[in-house]
Amino acid sequence: MAIFQSSLFSDEMSLLGKVRQIAWSLVFFLFIYATIGFLSLYSAAGGHIDPWAAPQMSRFVLAVGLLVIIAVVDIKWIFRIAYPFHILVIILLLLVDIFGHIGMGAQRWLDLGIIKIQPSELAKISTILCLARFYHGKEVYEVKQLKNLVMPVLMILLPVGLVVAQPDLGTGLSIVFGGVAMLFVGGVSIWLFAAGIGTAIAAIPIAWQFLHEYQQKRVLIFMNPESDPLGAGFHITQSKIALGSGGITGKGFLEGTQSHLNFLPEKHTDFIFTLWAEEWGLLGGLFLMMILGIIILYGYWISFRCRSQFARLVAFGLTINFSVYVLVNIGMVMGLLPVVGIPLPMMSYGGTAMLSVMVAFGIIQCCHVHRDARLPKGF
Amino acid sequence: MERDQEKIDSFTRRAFIIGALQGCALSVLAARLSWLQVVEGEKYKTLAENNRINVRILPPSRGQIVDRFGVPLATNLQNFQALVIPEQVESLEKTLMDLRKYISIDDSSIRKALRQAKQRPSYVPVEVRNKLNWDEVSIVELNLAKLPGVSIQSGDLRSYPYKESTGHIVGYVGRVSETEMTNAPLLSMPGFLIGKSALEKKYETLLQGIPGKAEVEVNVHGRAVRELNRVASLQGQRLVLSLDAEYQRFVQQRLTTERSAAAIVMDAKTGAVYALANHPSFDPNIFSGGISAMDWEQLRDDPAHPLNNKVVGGLYPPGSTFKVCTALAGLEAGVIDEYTTAVCPGHYDFGSNRFHCWKTEGHGTVNLVQALAHSCDVYFYKMSTAVGIDRIAAMARRLGLGSSLDFDLPETKAGEVPDVAWKRKQRGDKIWHPGETINASIGQGAMLASPLQLATMTARIVNGGKEVKPWLAGYAGAQRISRGAGNDMGISPHHLDLVCRGMTQVMQPGGTAAAAQIREEGMEMAGKTGTSQVKRISKAERASGVRRQEDLPWHLRHHGLFIGYAPVHHPRYVCAVIVEHGGSGSGAAAPIARDILLEVQKRNPAIKEMKTT
Repeated sequence: MAIFQSSLFSDEMSLLGKVRQIAWSLVFFLFIYATIGFLSLYSAAGGHIDPWAAPQMSRFVLAVGLLVIIAVVDIKWIFRIAYPFHILVIILLLLVDIFGHIGMGAQRWLDLGIIKIQPSELAKISTILCLARFYHGKEVYEVKQLKNLVMPVLMILLPVGLVVAQPDLGTGLSIVFGGVAMLFVGGVSIWLFAAGIGTAIAAIPIAWQFLHEYQQKRVLIFMNPESDPLGAGFHITQSKIALGSGGITGKGFLEGTQSHLNFLPEKHTDFIFTLWAEEWGLLGGLFLMMILGIIILYGYWISFRCRSQFARLVAFGLTINFSVYVLVNIGMVMGLLPVVGIPLPMMSYGGTAMLSVMVAFGIIQCCHVHRDARLPKGF
Repeated sequence: MERDQEKIDSFTRRAFIIGALQGCALSVLAARLSWLQVVEGEKYKTLAENNRINVRILPPSRGQIVDRFGVPLATNLQNFQALVIPEQVESLEKTLMDLRKYISIDDSSIRKALRQAKQRPSYVPVEVRNKLNWDEVSIVELNLAKLPGVSIQSGDLRSYPYKESTGHIVGYVGRVSETEMTNAPLLSMPGFLIGKSALEKKYETLLQGIPGKAEVEVNVHGRAVRELNRVASLQGQRLVLSLDAEYQRFVQQRLTTERSAAAIVMDAKTGAVYALANHPSFDPNIFSGGISAMDWEQLRDDPAHPLNNKVVGGLYPPGSTFKVCTALAGLEAGVIDEYTTAVCPGHYDFGSNRFHCWKTEGHGTVNLVQALAHSCDVYFYKMSTAVGIDRIAAMARRLGLGSSLDFDLPETKAGEVPDVAWKRKQRGDKIWHPGETINASIGQGAMLASPLQLATMTARIVNGGKEVKPWLAGYAGAQRISRGAGNDMGISPHHLDLVCRGMTQVMQPGGTAAAAQIREEGMEMAGKTGTSQVKRISKAERASGVRRQEDLPWHLRHHGLFIGYAPVHHPRYVCAVIVEHGGSGSGAAAPIARDILLEVQKRNPAIKEMKTT
């Protein structure tokens, strides 16, 4: 059993050796994806680099640096901080609920003076790390025992409860999604899942009572967008018109009439996929989805190659997280899912989302660099 | 290892299931996209052609600011602007040149419009001309067909009927700057104005109102054809001030005899400010619709600083007006009482230093009331070292010095009340010298106060020691937002009465301001003069010629100050006056105080209720 080393970076590999081990082709695909985002933001501003494309580009450069740094951190260190980090994030979420900065009717930010942090973004990552750490130490038969389900469920529900209270239903649901997927690949009995899904369906009418009025309205309008073409259904209808009118080859870069005549709302954030697919058509849309597919597959491939259960689960869970966001956002703008206010990570304008995606991919890269590392079993 | 293999197998199996599910989801999305764009593409193309619903923001009308009788001090006039949406024109420059055939546009506006168009998203309209008259509006409207992308918008222009006399109180509005910009879509509307100074800035959120929205049907060029739905905007709240506008104008006029002066008149009991005037002042109307560079430079570079509100932001050594505070500190500490006397030979020796009284030949033997009436410096020098700076400073703070008093104007400054702890903090390791206490006892040295604070100090003395605070805004709409009378501060009524007797004697024969007494029976006043030394211009400043030569003599003169109240037996109105470089308090400031205290008693705004509708 390897003895813990205290330094962040020191293990058998040299720093340069680690940098070489980074899956640079994955970084390249992320770069292509980000570039599609820059082009769309440039177009959203009517062919101007300001106010959106330029800051987004400089953030990306910063975020790539962060990715490389995280990738070369010794994975044993990440393994060790998994529990304390999750506890810290839960405390931060509590603080946000109590003191949080109130913006847009929801408390999501914690103002630390120099920086504002959004603990709900951290919670997505910390939940995955925490669950991976838990299942790493368990044998297959242990995982199947009912008593070993209590801790993981608490690890998921504590942050979810606090995030939903902010209220941020979208992020809360995505943590649940990622968490449940972790339980599944972690080896929890299939029968439990069947029972769980049954309970969840039964609980829908009860959960409905707890939703805010605007959240209920969103779901109802999703069921029937034409019922309110000028109100909240406006977004979905306009998005579908913009997408559909793009056709196979699109209207051309900077030529998207629906976005540019301001019919399309939130075109630089939640509805950026629509703007891209209106201007570049089905070909552009499918190309973007292909790039996303490659990125997600790459994440799974990294996960399969890891020797330790911890790294495997971490890489898998973080990839799932990313893909849930992508699928939900694209489903939303196409009118397949309700408008939940989830951005398309990294393409939508916003620094926090960009950073949190790149940190997640930094950790995935770290799993890749340390794919052969052995980690201790117990606590 | 076997167990590990079992784990890996289980993981792989299940991961494949999830991966397959996601693959399905992605395929569904791809299929949906193809469906929308290929199969239904034609349908949506037609819909896009006919897409006519556009949501537009309706900016709210800014709330009025009125005086206590409902006389408007800030109101809105209709303003027509010419706008161009850069996205809808082939060449912005060409469109502007075309537009120029119909209305006059100066070159700097054209440059500004071109610059703005580059910096903003191109669907945001840029403003080309402001304040179009009817002829210009109709000629542009008539030729709109030839001017794609051009539109006329009717907006509000802020107007200030009382011009210079309320410039410092009401403030002005201006374009939203980079630093003031937030995500609120209202702020990025072309030509939207927000408060930049004084009350317009302080009560921005109340005055701004709530924007409405209109869902309009538009044609392919984005021009509105029909309105479908409208949520009207809500006008900002109406702000009712304590001010009496006509009296304010009177005070402002009265100050114009001086080169630079400031005065405030407020209610001793409620803290309501009836007039707050500075001379020179500025006309806030020149800021509405953009101030010209020349006007701005002229205002900025004027040596008398017309943009500064000296009543709240001008800090001066209070001079002898501060003696009322030193007296109260001495009385409360028990160092002096009504009968304590001191001999004034014209100077006071402390250690190796000699401190001079303003009267070289001395005042002889004086008690407290006489010392205040004649403004004898030596009486206060002698008691000050026994009282100590900390007790003097504490009394000054209780009376309102060293605090911005939560006053409505953002330009309000707190001033300085020096004491031992203050000096340690401000000047590092230096210790407090007793000589500094002696200086402070007559309001000289590091002590700095604004006329607003001196008026508040006077009010708290004459209202029986109530912690009153000055205020301007009384009502927002029908809701009261001003404070009531303050709590009792626990100063002995006997001590306050003694100081008031001293201030009464100031205006009696033999007192320093006897000549300025009001002659109308029943309206007589009391007060205290002050003359404060001006920091002399340094040799270096003079050598480098920073200041113009003809200003030198004026700048070297002392400031004249006066605090007063009336009527003398039932104090209701208090005032503070400063005449910058006026020479002396009795000569320059007291006559102004007499005129404004007399006028306020004649108008008597205190007995009239504020009108809220």
